Amino acid sequence: MAAEVSQTNRLAGPAAGSRGQATSRPSDHESRDWLARLSSSGSERDAALAELHALLVGAARFALNRRVSQLGREGIADLAVQAANDALVSILDRLEEYRGESRFTTWAWKFAFYEACVAIRKRRWLGREVPVEDDGWDALAREAGPDRRVEQMELLDALHAAVDEALTPHQRRVFVALALNEVPVDVLAERLGTTRGALYKTLHEARGRLRAALAAQGLGPDAQG
Amino acid sequence: MSEWLGRLLGPGRPEVTCDECFASLDRYVELELERSDADAQLPGMEAHLEGCPACREEHDLLLAFARDHGS
Repeated sequence: MAAEVSQTNRLAGPAAGSRGQATSRPSDHESRDWLARLSSSGSERDAALAELHALLVGAARFALNRRVSQLGREGIADLAVQAANDALVSILDRLEEYRGESRFTTWAWKFAFYEACVAIRKRRWLGREVPVEDDGWDALAREAGPDRRVEQMELLDALHAAVDEALTPHQRRVFVALALNEVPVDVLAERLGTTRGALYKTLHEARGRLRAALAAQGLGPDAQG
Repeated sequence: MSEWLGRLLGPGRPEVTCDECFASLDRYVELELERSDADAQLPGMEAHLEGCPACREEHDLLLAFARDHGS
């Protein structure tokens, strides 16, 4: 566990985890069978790859169908196949990382959901400007204080001031985009040429500074008393 | 803490990174499906899923799909 979020240098897709490294033997027969077939050759391996790809397409469709209202139906089938293709490449690259701590299919599905979600987020933000200024403060004021309660508005004002004064320019840019304006982290990562892990680390550090700045004024969740 | 403030300031507890979350997500979901104390066995996951909407979305999909497909 990392108390501080550490930076990673993921080029594409999630990096290897830090909890354990070696592949261990899965406890269930089905998962052992998957590993054996994927590690074989010829028609047996081809059949396993086709079966796995079908499973990944099913998972990607599941994710995409839940976002039809946001995406529209056009191109959904192609998007699911593309997400499954990308997931399959990642799985084969990282087969050695499968530790047998879950069923093989659960382990494999997470790659499909990762790829499908990234594709959904990027498609939803295609052609849209990423708000990096303080666009979200007015909306937040409406959410925070529909009845204009004094303590909520005081807290919001203090938070706004802390964002301006306590953060570095990069932290402010990342916080305003991700937390205030709810830009998907993968979209921002692509626009800034960085990774989800690196941006989340920056957000984590910014949140820490803001909590401390508020607490120093006796405000926010970390205030004493 | 109000919902909007929690969304902005995050969980304020030790949490794993996005990459660590991805590495453990399959195990975490199966522990949840077994009704085990998933966060006790994989500390920092729950806090990260609270603070990271992207990892949360992928978690929620995997949990729902694995539940439906008998994982």
